[in-house]
Amino acid sequence: MADFIQHFINGIAAGTIYALVALGYTMVYGVLKLINFAHGDVMMVGAYVGYGTALRMGPAGRGSFLGATLVFLLSMASCAALGFAIERLAYRPLREKPRLTALITAIGISFTLEYGFQLNFLFLPGAAPRAFPEIIIPTEWLVIGDRDVVLWNWQVLSLAIAVALMVLLQYLVFRTRFGRAMRAVSFDHRIAALMGIPTDRIIAITFMLGSALAAGAGILYAIKDTVVQPLMGLYVGLKAFVAAVIGGIGHVPGAMVGGLLLGLVEEFVVGYTSSSWRDAVAFGFLILILLLRPEGLFGRVTAEKV
Amino acid sequence: MRGYSVALILTLGSLPLGCEKRSEPGPSAGASGGTPTPPPGTSASSPTPADTKVPGSPSGGAAVSDSDVILLGEVGSLTGSEATFGISTRDGIELALKEANQAGGVKGKKVAVRVYDDQGKPEEAANAVTRLISQDRVKLILGEVASSNSLAMAPKCQSGQVPMITPSSTNPKVTAVGDYIFRVCFIDPFQGFVMAKFAKENLKFTRAAVLKDLKSAYSLGLTEVFTRKFTEMGGKIVATEAYSKGDSDFRAQLTAIKGHKPDAIYVPGYYTDVGIVARQAREIGIKAPLLGGDGWDSEKLWELGGSAIVGSYFSNHYSPDDPSPRVQSFLTKYKAAYGGIPDSLAALGYDAANVAIHAMQQAPDLSGPSIRAAIAQTKDFPGVAGTITLDENRNPVKPAVVLQVGSGKNKYIATISP
Repeated sequence: MADFIQHFINGIAAGTIYALVALGYTMVYGVLKLINFAHGDVMMVGAYVGYGTALRMGPAGRGSFLGATLVFLLSMASCAALGFAIERLAYRPLREKPRLTALITAIGISFTLEYGFQLNFLFLPGAAPRAFPEIIIPTEWLVIGDRDVVLWNWQVLSLAIAVALMVLLQYLVFRTRFGRAMRAVSFDHRIAALMGIPTDRIIAITFMLGSALAAGAGILYAIKDTVVQPLMGLYVGLKAFVAAVIGGIGHVPGAMVGGLLLGLVEEFVVGYTSSSWRDAVAFGFLILILLLRPEGLFGRVTAEKV
Repeated sequence: MRGYSVALILTLGSLPLGCEKRSEPGPSAGASGGTPTPPPGTSASSPTPADTKVPGSPSGGAAVSDSDVILLGEVGSLTGSEATFGISTRDGIELALKEANQAGGVKGKKVAVRVYDDQGKPEEAANAVTRLISQDRVKLILGEVASSNSLAMAPKCQSGQVPMITPSSTNPKVTAVGDYIFRVCFIDPFQGFVMAKFAKENLKFTRAAVLKDLKSAYSLGLTEVFTRKFTEMGGKIVATEAYSKGDSDFRAQLTAIKGHKPDAIYVPGYYTDVGIVARQAREIGIKAPLLGGDGWDSEKLWELGGSAIVGSYFSNHYSPDDPSPRVQSFLTKYKAAYGGIPDSLAALGYDAANVAIHAMQQAPDLSGPSIRAAIAQTKDFPGVAGTITLDENRNPVKPAVVLQVGSGKNKYIATISP
C-alpha cells in the first residue's frame, strides 16, 4: 500500500509537468491549428534561464520566496520574448502556406534549440547536464512510517502552481475581451480579421502566453529532476503533446487532466511492470484514445462544413 | 487529417539528426609548443572549410606533404550528455602525443590526431570511423569510451585493417570483433566481479538490488556479471529494475526497489544518471548506498549528486591518490596542461595513445598489419592505470580499485586483483 501511495505521488508530480506543457500546446493549437513542435524546447530554454538567474543570485536565491518568484518571472518573460520571436520570424511568414510547411518549420526550430544549446560559446551552456540550484529548499511535508511514503513541499507547490495557471488561463480565455478575440481567431482568423480583430497581435500574444507557461513548466521540471540539459524538452514535449490530444486538443482543463493521467499511467506501468513498457503504453494510450474518441476526452466534435 | 498528422509527427519526432558535427577545426597536432602541423591531404583531398583555411595561415609555412605527419583518428562524445568522457579522453591522448612529439615523434615524424564528435551515439560513431578510414586515411583509431559506440566502430576497423585501441570500453564483445581491436582497460566480467566481491566480503552485504540502463551494452554487461557473482558468493538479488538512457525520473523504479529493502543498489550506469538516481533515492526514503562501475568517474558526479551520492562506492581503473611516481608524474603534467585532476578516462586515453605510439615505434613499417602485430606484442607496458600486458584476446589483465564518493573528492578504499 505504501508503494501505491508513493507511486501515486510520483505520478502526479510527473503529470504536473506534462499538464503545464500540454496547456501551451493546446493554446497554440486552439488558435492556429499548428502543432508547435518547438514547445518542449522552449520549456528547456526556460529551465536554463531559471538556472542562470538562480546561479547569479547565489545563496540569496536559495529558498527565499522573493528569489524563487524572480526566477520564475524572469524565465517566463524571456520565454515569452522567445515565443514572440519564433512566431514572428518562423511561423507568421508561413501563415498562408500549407499547414505542413509550418509543421516542418516547427521541427526545424526544435532541432535548432536542442542542438544550439549543446554548443559551448557565448551564453550557450554546452551539452553537459547541470545541477539545478535549489530555489525551493526541499522539505518533507508528510512522512508515513519509516520513510515508507514521503511527500515533499515542491511536489505540492508544483501542482498548486499548475492548477493556478490553468484556472488563470481558463479565466483569460472565457472571461476577458482578449479571450473572446482569441476564440474568434480560433474559429476563423480571416473572418475575425474582417470583424476588426487584430489577428496578428492576438496570435503573437497567444504564443507569448504559451511560451511563458512552458518556462514555468521548465523550472518545475528542473526542480523535480534536479538537472537541466539541452535535450530535456524532447520527450516531455512529445509526451505533453500526447497529453493534450488525450484531453482533447484545444481544451484547457482537458490538457491538465490528460497530463496528470499520463503521468500516473507511466508511473504505474514502470513501477509495477517494467520501464521498457512505459513509452509503448503512453503512445498506445494515445492510439486507443484516437480510435475511440478522436476528439479526445473533453474535446468537442466539430462537423466538417462542406 | 488529425490522425494523419499525428502519425507523421511521431515519425518525424523520432528521426535522428543524421549529420556529423566537426569538433575540431583541423587535426590538433599534439605539439602545442611547436609549430602547428597542417593537416595532411590539404593539397589533395578533403575540401572541408576547416582544412582549406589552414594552408593560408602564416604559421603553416610551406606545404607539408602527407609523409611528414602520422595521423591518428579519435572518435569520442565531445557533445551529448556524456561529453566529459570524450573530452577527458581527448585531453589524455593529446597530452601523450605532445610528449611523444617533443621526444622526437615516431620514425622522425610528428604524430597528430583528428578527433570527430559522435554525440555519444553509436550511429554517429560508425559514420565518424568510416570517414577517418576512407577519407582521412588514419593509421590507427583511438576510441570510444562507451561500449555501445565502440561496438559500432570495431567492425569497420576490422574490415578496413586499421588497428583500433579503445581506452575504456569494458564490454568483452568489443575486442571479440576481431584481431585488429585492442583495449587498455579491464573488462566488464572483472568489474562486475570486483563490486560483487567488495559488497559481499568487505561490506558484508547480503541483499542487493540492481538498476540497469537498458540501452547501454556496458550497463547490461556489468549487471549480468554482478548478478551472477553476487549470487554465487551467497548474496541475494532482491530486485532488478531498468531505465533507458535519457530518463531523468527514476522514482517509479526506486519506489519499486525500496519495498524489497536492499542493503545496497547496484547502478552500473553513467555519472549523468547516477547523480540523479542518488538524489531521488534519498528523496523517496532509500538509505542504502549505491554501488557502481567506472561510468561514475567524472567530476560532474558531485555536482549532479550532491550530498546524496556521498558514501556510495564504485570500481575504477586508477586513483589519483595512488602514490606511485608513474601516477604522480602524470598528475603533475595533466594539471599543468589542463588544470584539474584527471579522471580515469583521461588516464586511459593517455595510456592508449602511449601504447599506440610505442607500437608504431616498434613496427617495421606503418601499414595496418604491421602496427597490429606490434600492438599485440605489448607486454609489461607501464601505463598510468596499471601495467598493461595484452592477452591472446587483446585484453589487458590488471587490478581494479574501489573508491568511495566523498564530498568533492573520492576516497581510495581497496584494490581488488583478478
